[in-house]
Amino acid sequence: MYLSDTICAIATATAPSGIGIIRVSGPEAIALCDSIFKAKSRHSLLEAKAYTMHYGFIYDQDQVIDEVLVSVFRAPHSYTAEDSVEINCHGGPFVLQKVLHLLTEKGVRIASPGEFTRRAFLNGRLDLSEAEAVMDTISAQNAFALDASMKQLRGELSRLIASMRADILYEIAFIESALDDPEHISLDGYPEKLSDKCKTLLSQTEKLILSYESGKIRKEGIYTVILGKPNAGKSSLLNYLLGENRAIVTDIAGTTRDVLEEDILLDGMQLHLVDTAGIRSSQDKIEQIGVEKALTYAKKADLILYLVDGSAPITEEDRQIADLIRDKKVIVLQNKTDLVQSVQREDILSLLPNAGCILPISALNGEGVDALANTVKEMFYHGDLTMNDQIYLTNVRHKQLMEQARQSLLQVQHSLEQNMPEDFLSIDLMDAYKALGFIIGEEIDDDLAEEIFSKFCMGK
Amino acid sequence: MDTTTLIKKHHTQIREQVDVCVIGAGHAGCEAALACARMGLETVIFTVSVDSIALMPCNPNIGGSSKGHLVRELDALGGEMGKNIDKTFIQSKMLNASKGPAVHSLRAQADKAAYSAEMRRVLENQEHLSIKQAEVCEILTEDRKDDRSDTLASRQITGVRIATGGIYLCRAVIICTGTYLKARCLCGESITYTGPNGLQAANQLSSSLSELGISLRRFKTGTPARMDGRTLDYSKMEEQKGDEEIVPFSFSTDPDSIQKEQVSCYLTYTNEETHEIIRENLDRSPIYAGVIEGTGPRYCPSIEDKVVRFAEKERHQVFIEPEGLFTNEMYVGGMSSSLPEDVQLAMYRTVPGLEHCKIVKNAYAIEYDCISARELYPSLEFKKISGLFAAGQFNGSSGYEEAAAQGLIAGINASRLLLGKEPLILSRSESYIGVLIDDLVTKDNREPYRMMTSRAEYRLLLRQDNADLRLRKYGYQVGLVSKEDYEKVLKKEELIRQEMERLHTVIVGAAAKTGAFLESLGSEPLKTGCSLAELICRPELTYDLVAPLDPERKDLPRAVREQVNIQIKYAGYISRQNKQVEQFSKLEGKKIPADLDYDAVDSLRLEARQKLKEFRPISIGQASRISGVTPADISMLLVHLEKISGKV
Repeated sequence: MYLSDTICAIATATAPSGIGIIRVSGPEAIALCDSIFKAKSRHSLLEAKAYTMHYGFIYDQDQVIDEVLVSVFRAPHSYTAEDSVEINCHGGPFVLQKVLHLLTEKGVRIASPGEFTRRAFLNGRLDLSEAEAVMDTISAQNAFALDASMKQLRGELSRLIASMRADILYEIAFIESALDDPEHISLDGYPEKLSDKCKTLLSQTEKLILSYESGKIRKEGIYTVILGKPNAGKSSLLNYLLGENRAIVTDIAGTTRDVLEEDILLDGMQLHLVDTAGIRSSQDKIEQIGVEKALTYAKKADLILYLVDGSAPITEEDRQIADLIRDKKVIVLQNKTDLVQSVQREDILSLLPNAGCILPISALNGEGVDALANTVKEMFYHGDLTMNDQIYLTNVRHKQLMEQARQSLLQVQHSLEQNMPEDFLSIDLMDAYKALGFIIGEEIDDDLAEEIFSKFCMGK
Repeated sequence: MDTTTLIKKHHTQIREQVDVCVIGAGHAGCEAALACARMGLETVIFTVSVDSIALMPCNPNIGGSSKGHLVRELDALGGEMGKNIDKTFIQSKMLNASKGPAVHSLRAQADKAAYSAEMRRVLENQEHLSIKQAEVCEILTEDRKDDRSDTLASRQITGVRIATGGIYLCRAVIICTGTYLKARCLCGESITYTGPNGLQAANQLSSSLSELGISLRRFKTGTPARMDGRTLDYSKMEEQKGDEEIVPFSFSTDPDSIQKEQVSCYLTYTNEETHEIIRENLDRSPIYAGVIEGTGPRYCPSIEDKVVRFAEKERHQVFIEPEGLFTNEMYVGGMSSSLPEDVQLAMYRTVPGLEHCKIVKNAYAIEYDCISARELYPSLEFKKISGLFAAGQFNGSSGYEEAAAQGLIAGINASRLLLGKEPLILSRSESYIGVLIDDLVTKDNREPYRMMTSRAEYRLLLRQDNADLRLRKYGYQVGLVSKEDYEKVLKKEELIRQEMERLHTVIVGAAAKTGAFLESLGSEPLKTGCSLAELICRPELTYDLVAPLDPERKDLPRAVREQVNIQIKYAGYISRQNKQVEQFSKLEGKKIPADLDYDAVDSLRLEARQKLKEFRPISIGQASRISGVTPADISMLLVHLEKISGKV
């Protein structure tokens, strides 16, 4: 539990919107924001008076990230009663994440839910009416945090972190049981063993930290397969995505009769898009090959965009497709909203009960395509989407915690080199263990006692 | 006088008025009673047998890892255990001496009989304290009339009734029944309804507690056999001697006064043959046969547990420890058991040195009634009953030291309640005692709770060497530490501060002579001048080692030199933990009114609301440690507290 460091968070709702505000609070708030901001007026934020707004740009070294308005608040005259800065960004969620990331690189910590309000209270800042007004906000944050922590990190990443934690816990438990029962358990020769273990853990954390920056996202894109029966509107969708103000990165023409592959940039996210031939129950041999191909691609897919023709009733073909993609990440696109709809949401749900997301779109006029872009992005940043089984960190907060874990492990290594007594090693190991725990939303509680008692034979 | 009144008079039960009744005279009871009496309250301590005062029914030692810390803290606060073991130890050892200062831990072998007799003498000579041999069978209460705002209790204490019918009226009761409540001892198929060491169990109090709405549960523990020392062959074992320089437990004991001849312990091992006998007879173990219902501690497993759970281990250590100077009984550490007598004898006799052993007392397991300490406030007072306190194994802990520490705090707080003062609640960030009690009253402990250094998140600050610096002030404030002793600590603090300051300002030059001296200590010569403090920070150097480079140095007491060395050498870690404590204390300091209406707190999640309502934490800090209460819930609570404080 920290209370006096500098924290930041996106203050606006996570829903797509043009403007997003990042709020920064704490003793270093103004200085740290100043380090990534250049005002048009060339004045430094450090000299800015309270309650002033400044127009300028956020920079990542020499590169402009966004055009922003920055408000400066000085203690105690701010929401939290601490020095605070609000950055009004214009570039949408992706840019907000980027700015947040820049701040954390400068040492700002991502706030936990409700932390700004908590600070405001601890600093005696909020009065009764304000207090009541923020209750709902925190409540929403609470729900969001729970929801997010459940969505985040399912699957591989969470398993990897859990296994790293298990490794660390074992080492702590060993040290602690020896300290508690020195006559039964000896630490002779242990530092060498721990040093090896520590190296492995460090390389794991470093790899994950790099994955955040790797840009793999840009190089390869999310392998996205468009499926749907003929005339569901696959080609229209692809054309729309390729045509309308979306940058075409490469243009690899389809190599077969029935598959067309394109790399597109969808609102900052790179997708490797595969348009398959329609799936149709057919005795025709050539058609059969097309279907099998589609299946092969569908199997490889990170994400499936399944188009349902909203203007025509569900058919046997839809059912066949649904059967094939039951355990994949799917966004169902109910196409042709420009026509009279004869398919209901319930029809789709009965077809594909686990369809997480059903979006009505019109591939003809582009209606709903923005929502599609946002959904894909959200899935990716929540860890629902991964690419090529590679494990990625996608969230700034996670990356920052991983960095903390790494620092603690480096401290362990340093202490090992200095021949520090083992009890100091266990303190830093515990810090690493905690940091990793925060990523996957687990607390320490009685883990350690549990591990000591179950793995090591104590005396008496 | 009319004869009928005379007869009637003879039928009237005794009826006495005191301030505090302490039930049980084990390690918790003794500390609790002494604290109350020393704080000026008329106190009576009940025991089923005065011969069992401060009895050590299991291991013959005091202290050890983290438990040594507890004893030091208890002593700093004005408790008796440290002084008593200093008077009666027969071997002393500083454990983990090669490790960091935070885990150094003092442990002394006790002469059990002497320990017990000495404590009894202290009790007998304590003003305001009387000892009564009697079984307490009922806690007497009435509807609460006091105007306390710090409890929601509906009843308050009026006294206790003893088995003979006699009544002791009082305003506070401290329950320290240890393992005696409905105790049952198991040794294979043989089951006896007795307390430890064959002593009378207390069978009546449990139902009185249940009637008061206190829920009881069963825990179990065990002890190994005691052997006739003449039948053991020590030449087959490794001798374990005490330390050459003996460090006392008590800050009031002069180290020079306790340097003495020590007795040895001995180390031997079990082997495959031992394990084979155990495995073959597991069906006769009451635990494995399902006869035992209580939950036992995993950290001190019976030998049959060790053999089953750690099947891959080829041998287990066995420590043979003397029970005292005037007995030849030897304690067989590491081999507690509830196997039948014949199996016990056979298995012990497979251990080298024990081939011809004769058993004086069989190993046994013991089951007893205890509570979940979550029924208590951190003051150790019951939430439901004003004036009723509890300490020791009855609260679900294990160990003499854990019991004594709670006893002292319960005694202090019962007294302070009667004196109209705020309870003394030690924080997790300032003491192991604080960690112990917070864990007991906050967490869901499913087995007897034992102290461990890893449970203290700020252990670098909570060292056994600085317990006086941390806690003497509280002992003085509550009236258990004399002004003289307290001033000693203030003086020590000042000497440490001055010396630290000096070491940061005295600069050592990079002269050739200095370089040669450093090299002789395996340390690199200086390239430029640096402060003495910087030099001491080098892993291979210490305060004492660099003395030749420091001609100005005053002759300081050993305890001061030790503090200076530790505080300089580990300054980085210490300041990190200090920062963490600062953050921790902010939430800890936010108190929650006892009668807070959690239904009126908006937007709490259902689970959190239920837990908080049931639990009634005293501070935001304690609330945040309840499982199922999230940081967002804590924010809600903070908002609400601010809101209602604004209305007042």
